[in-house]
Amino acid sequence: MTPTILVSIWVPRLLRGLLLVVLLAFLLSPESFESLLKPLVQPNAPAIYNQGSLLTITLLHLRTVFLATVAATVIAVLLAILVTRPFGAEFLPLSRSLVNIGQTFPPVAVLALSVPAVGFGEKPTLIALFLYGLLPIFENTLTALTNLPRPVMEAAKGSGMTSIQRLLKVELPLSLPVIVGGIRLSVVIGLATATIGSTVAAKTLGEVIIAGLQSNNLAFVLQGGLIVGALAVLIYDALGAVEAMLARRAGLA
Amino acid sequence: MIEIDAITKRYDDITVVDTVSMIVEPRTVTVIVGTSGSGKTTLLRMINRLVEPSSGAIRLDGEDSRSIPGHELRRRIGYAIQGHGLFPHRTVAQNIATVPNLLEWPKARVDAKVEELLSLFQLDPKVFANRYPHELSGGQQQRVGVARALAAEPKVLLMDEPFGALDPIIRAKAQEDLLAIQKHFETTIVLVTHDMDEAFHLADKIAVMDKGRVLQYGPPPELVRHPANPFVQTLIGDMQRPFRLLAVSTVAGATEPGEAGGEPISEDLSLQEALAELMWSGRRAAPVISQTGEMVGRITLDALLKHAARPK
Ligand SMILES: Nc1ncnc2c1ncn2[C@@H]1O[C@H](COP(=O)(O)OP(=O)(O)OP(=O)(O)O)[C@@H](O)[C@H]1O
Ligand SMILES: [Mg+2]
Repeated sequence: MTPTILVSIWVPRLLRGLLLVVLLAFLLSPESFESLLKPLVQPNAPAIYNQGSLLTITLLHLRTVFLATVAATVIAVLLAILVTRPFGAEFLPLSRSLVNIGQTFPPVAVLALSVPAVGFGEKPTLIALFLYGLLPIFENTLTALTNLPRPVMEAAKGSGMTSIQRLLKVELPLSLPVIVGGIRLSVVIGLATATIGSTVAAKTLGEVIIAGLQSNNLAFVLQGGLIVGALAVLIYDALGAVEAMLARRAGLA
Repeated sequence: MIEIDAITKRYDDITVVDTVSMIVEPRTVTVIVGTSGSGKTTLLRMINRLVEPSSGAIRLDGEDSRSIPGHELRRRIGYAIQGHGLFPHRTVAQNIATVPNLLEWPKARVDAKVEELLSLFQLDPKVFANRYPHELSGGQQQRVGVARALAAEPKVLLMDEPFGALDPIIRAKAQEDLLAIQKHFETTIVLVTHDMDEAFHLADKIAVMDKGRVLQYGPPPELVRHPANPFVQTLIGDMQRPFRLLAVSTVAGATEPGEAGGEPISEDLSLQEALAELMWSGRRAAPVISQTGEMVGRITLDALLKHAARPK
């Protein structure tokens, strides 16, 4: 390998590893970073978020995104499978527009509308994230399922697989990398969008940012934002690696 | 036996296969030839119902193919697809094992079969079994595709241009292998090709298609001697006719008593090969030996010319 290739592979890996270490260190022991953030705040204001454990809030943030993404994945993949079957083909345009609406609807509006229905807390956030996460996963699954190599599909049918066997043994395994690509987009959008859940009393990192805005504490805003950003970068990369691994395994790379 | 009975396929108003009737005898090789778009693939796929006929019937050993659920029918019929269609996410061994696994063969039997087929197609199981299709050359992929079609020992094998991507040497080898396998498993083969040499080499009977119709269906010499119409004649090739006749008979049938000098010729060679040998060695006759090596007579240039001549 030439030095440039080595650099282009290892430098990003090193940076990511470093980012992970710094993030973990910050979450486990925020106080050790106090001196770094001190210059950003008024002399007697706290530099580290003090209305709850940053670690707990981060885990809750991740949990919200995780639950919403799992639900969005299940529904979006099922929906895409359904509309790509012969009996579901006529629902293809309808399901496309439904999912598109989910995407164009501002998350804040979803929150506002769902609070009266389900109350304050985590639920309205989950609903908003769920709706937001559907589209990328649905679109990717649909693209994957409708662009499978034709000879392969004909061979599957020609060797006597039933439609369900074709789905499970050929279509889904071959689509998996692209589906994971959709999940990856969804998660990243979700990580950022979840912050606004704090406006309806969901426990997310948005809480830290909002507290910072309210008390004019730049350090709070920064640490809330940076944690979300670091999570997004790390998870995006990790899922990207999973996607590449699956593509290699599917013999597509 | 495959009885194709007035089968027709229409897409909207266009008839792509038009009332085709033919009988494929068991344990024979039937080759379908014809121009691109003449309906060869469609006809082939109606046999395993990958394409549902618009009208007509197909019977396999007397049983109407519509009385069997499609996926079960297709497990019984091997299908080697135009452009191999290997599963990219499965190893070579897993690809070959597809139908046996669907039929729930015991694992030991599946493994043995995979190994047998890989060896048969000159692919060392130790090297190739665990490779993925993208790690094979085009020719190797195609052979694995044929091996997959053969894995469940189907009585009927459908092949759509199975040797298209092979170089001439491997292609000739694959054709020999196929004929050997066909004899060994007593398979009934229906094969589509564009290559007339291949057709004459493999076929017990050839079906010539044009615009959805079968123009002529018969043994290769019959097509040469009595082409049904100018299209068939053109397809065979005017200049090729004598050589095609020579290609489909063996030396055994033209051997006469007598002696000749020089290298002997084996009686199971084709007359075309015998002619080439005589011309190349500058002889007018050569001794003929049987497969066991006994002298059985001689073959002469005159006899060969007589065999190549148009029927009177
Ligand atoms: N699903 C389909 N819908 C409409 N027309 C079709 C369909 N499948 C095939 N055809 C048409 O039917 C005709 C015959 O196609 P087929 O694939 O049987 O030809 P072929 O003889 O195998 O040609 P080739 O030698 O190029 O493989 C073509 O004109 C093709 O366009
Ligand atoms: Mg074809």
